[in-house]
Amino acid sequence: MTAHTVSGTAEYLALVRRRRLYGAILVALFFVLFASGFTVAEDRNAGGFLDGLHRIFDFPKEIFAEAFTNWQNLPRLFVAAIPSLIETLNIAAIATLFGGLLGMALAFLSTRGLALWPRLTPVFRRIMDTMRAVPEIVIALVLIFLLGVGPVPAMIAIAFHTAGALGKLFSEAAENVDLKPVEGLASVGGNWFQRIWFGVMPQVAPNWSSYALLRFEINIRASAILGFVGAGGLGYDLKTALQWGQGKYDQVVAIFAILFLTIMIVDHLSDRARQRLVKGGALV
Amino acid sequence: MTTASENFDTVGLKQSIEGTFRFRKWRSIAVPFAILGYLIYVFFAFDVAGLASRARPENAAVLLGDFWSYKTHITRDNRSGDVVASVEGERKGTYPAGEGPEWVAMGETTAISLYGDASVQYLPENTAVINVPDFGEITTQVNARAVVLRLPDGKDIPEWMSVSRNRVSIDQGNWRFSMTPARTEVFRYQAGWELFFFTLDSPFYGKSVGELIALAIWEPRVTAEHSNIVAMIDGFWNNKMWRHGDVFWAMGETVLMAFIGTMGAGMIAFPLAFFAASNFAPAVWLRLTCRRLFDFLRGVDGLIWTVILSRAFGPGPMTGSLAILLTDTGTFGKTFSEALENIDNKQVEGIQSTGANMIQRMRFGVIPQVLPLILSQLLYYFESNTRSATVIGALVGGGIGLLLTQAIITQKDWEEVCYYMILVVLTVMIMDTISGWIRKKFIKG
Repeated sequence: MTAHTVSGTAEYLALVRRRRLYGAILVALFFVLFASGFTVAEDRNAGGFLDGLHRIFDFPKEIFAEAFTNWQNLPRLFVAAIPSLIETLNIAAIATLFGGLLGMALAFLSTRGLALWPRLTPVFRRIMDTMRAVPEIVIALVLIFLLGVGPVPAMIAIAFHTAGALGKLFSEAAENVDLKPVEGLASVGGNWFQRIWFGVMPQVAPNWSSYALLRFEINIRASAILGFVGAGGLGYDLKTALQWGQGKYDQVVAIFAILFLTIMIVDHLSDRARQRLVKGGALV
Repeated sequence: MTTASENFDTVGLKQSIEGTFRFRKWRSIAVPFAILGYLIYVFFAFDVAGLASRARPENAAVLLGDFWSYKTHITRDNRSGDVVASVEGERKGTYPAGEGPEWVAMGETTAISLYGDASVQYLPENTAVINVPDFGEITTQVNARAVVLRLPDGKDIPEWMSVSRNRVSIDQGNWRFSMTPARTEVFRYQAGWELFFFTLDSPFYGKSVGELIALAIWEPRVTAEHSNIVAMIDGFWNNKMWRHGDVFWAMGETVLMAFIGTMGAGMIAFPLAFFAASNFAPAVWLRLTCRRLFDFLRGVDGLIWTVILSRAFGPGPMTGSLAILLTDTGTFGKTFSEALENIDNKQVEGIQSTGANMIQRMRFGVIPQVLPLILSQLLYYFESNTRSATVIGALVGGGIGLLLTQAIITQKDWEEVCYYMILVVLTVMIMDTISGWIRKKFIKG
């Protein structure tokens, strides 16, 4: 009896030691991978890490110095940037709206137990995976080639990705739905659309709205970046100001500031709204 | 007394319920109207009506055609009389002199057979005979500085032909012909991505899959210095048209950017998260400083970081990965500190009761609770950052993003755009599968 316990303890300790060894090897491997990866990335970079490190504040210093001397321009530039900001926000909002609607449709088509055509759920899942994987910039650039420069290509590109991303999150939330209301509606002869609208929607609405809000936040950033490649909005203004270089740095600062403030404000508002949504209670 | 108060309550309740219903009814009408109004506003703000005039549908045809097909040029220099066959008219895809695809017979006269019995013959003295079924034989000839055209008897110039003094061109959809005083050309379109595996100078070009397998396994060596399979891999990897080696490197670079950015951010954010979590922070000012730092890193968008970092480090993958690192440090700092605030304190107290010091309490009481969440967050972001790294790569000039934008800017290499896109999608999907598997198998967080 005692011998058995002793050998059990020894075995346990050996097991712990082995686990720790594996853990240590994994961690060491990770660090080797990270360090060598960083070296490769640094080699292929135009400037080295240590050479650039002390210059990291040079550019901010330069632009802020210029903005500081021309501080009386800043309020005017701030106001001048507002139309572009509205365009960036519009792109994000419309893309979230259309992407969300398409995501809803995809979610219903790809959720087990709710799907209109249960056999096709894997197909719709793969479609969503592909939509999520395609980078927005590619769609935006191709659409700029087809549709000309403007906000619509960026909007479609972001909406496309949003549909895939939200579709996945929506369908995950819909999988946990209580199916009893759906069955109840089916028993009184409700068709598929009625079952979804009255049985499922009320259950998933808080979660879905919270995901959509989070996505709106992400889409503002995406729309600013796409502006940089010629899709209008703040990103485009930033690019032209940067290409101009010295003399327009006060505008760069104004755009940086307005983008930063917008993201902070939307971040804060959506954070609070999401907490209210998830913890119960309506948004309005 | 009690009855009265109950009555009063019922009335109040009824009123409040009716109020709620009124509000809901009003909302269910107002919200769709508000959205509709917004859509109308955006319709004008985005100038959707003007989109039709700016859209170039002919570009769509070019793009879609290029996605899945390629063209072979058969060109005669009308001054020297040399005939050259090349894929997409590129120097790298040119056939050796006097050779061409099997539908071209080169010699004194060059005979090109096209679709549906159509054919073109390059005759001496800069003459070409084009045979179009259901129309007849068209003859064109360069005469001094002009191109002379002879149509079959009794026919007018059809709508698929355009004629001017020094140019005749024919567009039949899947093939084209043109003659100018300088050169005579035939373009033939075919489905597929030609030269995708081997270029024309490779000994393996034009072989079927069966022949390639035979060559790889038992046939004698084609080249003296390598075995066939090594030569094949070398031919594919160093394909001059498609540059598979470079493309795979670029894809690897993009994944590397995502890896360094995500993992670096995790390593920086993890210790800082302890200072930002209310139950671990040694001082309030430190906690608030960390929080504001995270907010700042997150709020300054990846775009702004990219601009600032490019100035310091120059273009390249490291700049991109540092931009990802900075933004994600903010995100991770926030989520990790929230995870630390939500831990169950009983485990920590249990370990403290055995006399464990601070570090031991952390190691055995706290980290096991938050590690699954942190690891699954890291995996999730690694995967999603691979996609972002494509976009950031386009801005900082690194990885597959750079190749993609370069190919798009030329406005003619759409098959390469298609190839890179498929590669990105496949990579992200593979990573999705692997990280899903790791999460399910090892983390369950």
